[in-house]
Amino acid sequence: MTSFKHAAASMALACGLLPAISQADDDVAALRAELQALKNDYAARVGALEARIEELSAAAAAPPPDAVQTAALPAAAGSSTAASAFNPAISLILAGNYTNLSEDPEGWRIAGFMPSGGEVGPGERSFNLGESELVLSSNVDPYFSAFLIAAITGEDEIEVEEAFFQTLALPSGFTAKGGRFFSGFGYLNEVHAHFWDFVDQPLVYQALFANQMAQDGLQVKWLAPTDLFIELGAESGNGEAFPGTRRDRNSLNGTTLFAHVGGDLGESTSWRAGGSWLDLDAEDRGYEDVNAFDEPVVNSFAGSSRTWAVDAVLKWSPYGSVTRRQLKLQGEYFHREEKGRLAFDTEGLGLSDTYRSEQSGWYLQGVYQFRPRWRAGLRYDSLDSGTPRIGLVDTGPLSPESFPALLAGNPERVSLMLDWSPSEFSRLRAQYAWDEARDDGERDRQFRLQYIYGIGAHSAHKY
Amino acid sequence: MNVFIRSATMLLILGVAAPAQAALKILATTADWGALATELGGDRVNVYTATGALQDVHRVDAKPSLVARARTADLVVSNGAELEIGWLPVLVRESGNKRIQPGSPGYFEAAAQVGLLEKPAQLDRSLGDIHPQGNPHLQLDPRNVAAVAKALTARLASLDAANAAYYQARGADFSARWADAMARWDSKAAPLKGLPVVVMHRDQVYLGHWLGLKELAAIEPKPGVPPSAGHLSQLVSKLTETPARAILRNAYNDPKAANWLSERVRAPVVLLPFSVGGTPEAKDLFGLFDDTLNRLLAAVQ
Repeated sequence: MTSFKHAAASMALACGLLPAISQADDDVAALRAELQALKNDYAARVGALEARIEELSAAAAAPPPDAVQTAALPAAAGSSTAASAFNPAISLILAGNYTNLSEDPEGWRIAGFMPSGGEVGPGERSFNLGESELVLSSNVDPYFSAFLIAAITGEDEIEVEEAFFQTLALPSGFTAKGGRFFSGFGYLNEVHAHFWDFVDQPLVYQALFANQMAQDGLQVKWLAPTDLFIELGAESGNGEAFPGTRRDRNSLNGTTLFAHVGGDLGESTSWRAGGSWLDLDAEDRGYEDVNAFDEPVVNSFAGSSRTWAVDAVLKWSPYGSVTRRQLKLQGEYFHREEKGRLAFDTEGLGLSDTYRSEQSGWYLQGVYQFRPRWRAGLRYDSLDSGTPRIGLVDTGPLSPESFPALLAGNPERVSLMLDWSPSEFSRLRAQYAWDEARDDGERDRQFRLQYIYGIGAHSAHKY
Repeated sequence: MNVFIRSATMLLILGVAAPAQAALKILATTADWGALATELGGDRVNVYTATGALQDVHRVDAKPSLVARARTADLVVSNGAELEIGWLPVLVRESGNKRIQPGSPGYFEAAAQVGLLEKPAQLDRSLGDIHPQGNPHLQLDPRNVAAVAKALTARLASLDAANAAYYQARGADFSARWADAMARWDSKAAPLKGLPVVVMHRDQVYLGHWLGLKELAAIEPKPGVPPSAGHLSQLVSKLTETPARAILRNAYNDPKAANWLSERVRAPVVLLPFSVGGTPEAKDLFGLFDDTLNRLLAAVQ
């Protein structure tokens, strides 16, 4: 009852007050309108005065009548403030090929080298959709930039090729990179497929790195403050990429050291040379093979894998003008030593003993742009598998034929290339190769036509 | 090993200490902006020019020697508007040099100081290699050079405050000499107004705009797209109807197409320096415009 009275009283009070409040509101609105009218009036007058001043000063600054009447220049452009202006740079690369092979690609295996399990080899016959690469990059803030390359494969899979951050503001010429990135080992390892000069990687990269080695880890580079280009780098990570494996340990794996030196020889020639070293451990690196009775088995290597390499690139173009003519020579030599244990038929017999191999390979290639947009190239590949010391064969019960994949071989390949780039964003290529890498000893004659198209942000690539 | 560690430490110390003491190190992307930096900086700066007048600055390799220069630069003087987009971002990224990152005081873009012509209304690469901010070849209008000089003087003075008065004095001196030269060029160029010409690429647009040339056609049908036989024969018939007085070719262009056309339409090829160093006479920025006008005037007389 009391609360009812209370409510009624406050309602009455409210009804009495309301007209007074609305009266005050009206007054404020009237004052505001007056003020606004004053403001508008002043703005108009000031604007008129400003226009008059501008007119007068323009007249004063007018050129003397005898000078040539030149066209006026546009005003400097203002910057955009749209939210989309912060979108990262996006580009997409489409690639594909037509492949004609004289030998069955199913049986292609590099003679004498432990298979990497990677997508190496001549690929499949007829038309093939290549990888569609999506590239996103942007500065994150004043301290970092970020970069992603995702490949959508012809088999409908998405692979993260590279995804890393890079520092922008470390002092004294240091740059750090973290995430997944192509290792700075060698020269071609960092180069993305759409910038390759041939359809495929050199045999030495296919055999020893399963095409390209990506690190999941950290890289630190230091550039010397000298006119001669001197770059030192170190990397480490989880060591998952071939020839390493992921290990069940907290420690780092895949320590890489590299040094690059470069400069100019006159105004037409530039060069870069380097040396690299990689130390990886493999825990259970399996590969498929057949035994002496042609039955499938899985063998496995565990131990250390150390690789060193030297590389050199030289580019020549008259006066440094790459539009008309350019010659590019490059070569790399890789050497690998593996020590550890080799297990035979891990799912059956499970025999295991010592293993040691010393393998090497190199390539030399020249690409010549003989007229604008047209380039021709020649590449020679060579590998030396050596003869591995397999404990199970040397002192154990098995014969060398129990390890067909490891029978010594000297794979070779010669590739010829011709490409035409209608613009900076498109390239069409024909390549013919005589491939003697197969462990069945057959020579594979490979003919390929390839297209590469880039859309979106204008790409910039390294030397 | 000890020796190695010692020399590595020395290098590190040098790397930290060197830039603070020496002259301001400038990496200029083109010969013109290099020449301007030298005019304004005098003996207080050390200018390295990344490209020469015979190079197409849009297509340059990110050479190791350039990365090394970017590493030690206190200031990058670039053209901008995507002219160097294929290589300058790589230099800056690989340099490990925070002083020259875009947005910092050590990164200067000439194109940001002036209004650009031919800002495309439609962005589509079927129109060729177009630049979204506008035509980047802005150095061939002396009024642009004056505007860039003013901005670069201010930048030098703020980067190297100890020598600010020196830069300002040099900047004022350059501006005065440049204004005199512009008055001279303007009156000298009077006969060129309305001159019908053929250009190679859309890179003489600023020159034509300044002098009031009448651009009849471009040998490159679209930016960065070389002429086809069909396009050239179309040009011949078009130029037979409306004859051109000159075919303008820049020092870095391939002479073939211009010479071919010249024989058929009876217009002389006029070789223009385009950049400082493009001809022996174009020794500096003043020489660039003197020689450009002399060559054009010689062709029409």
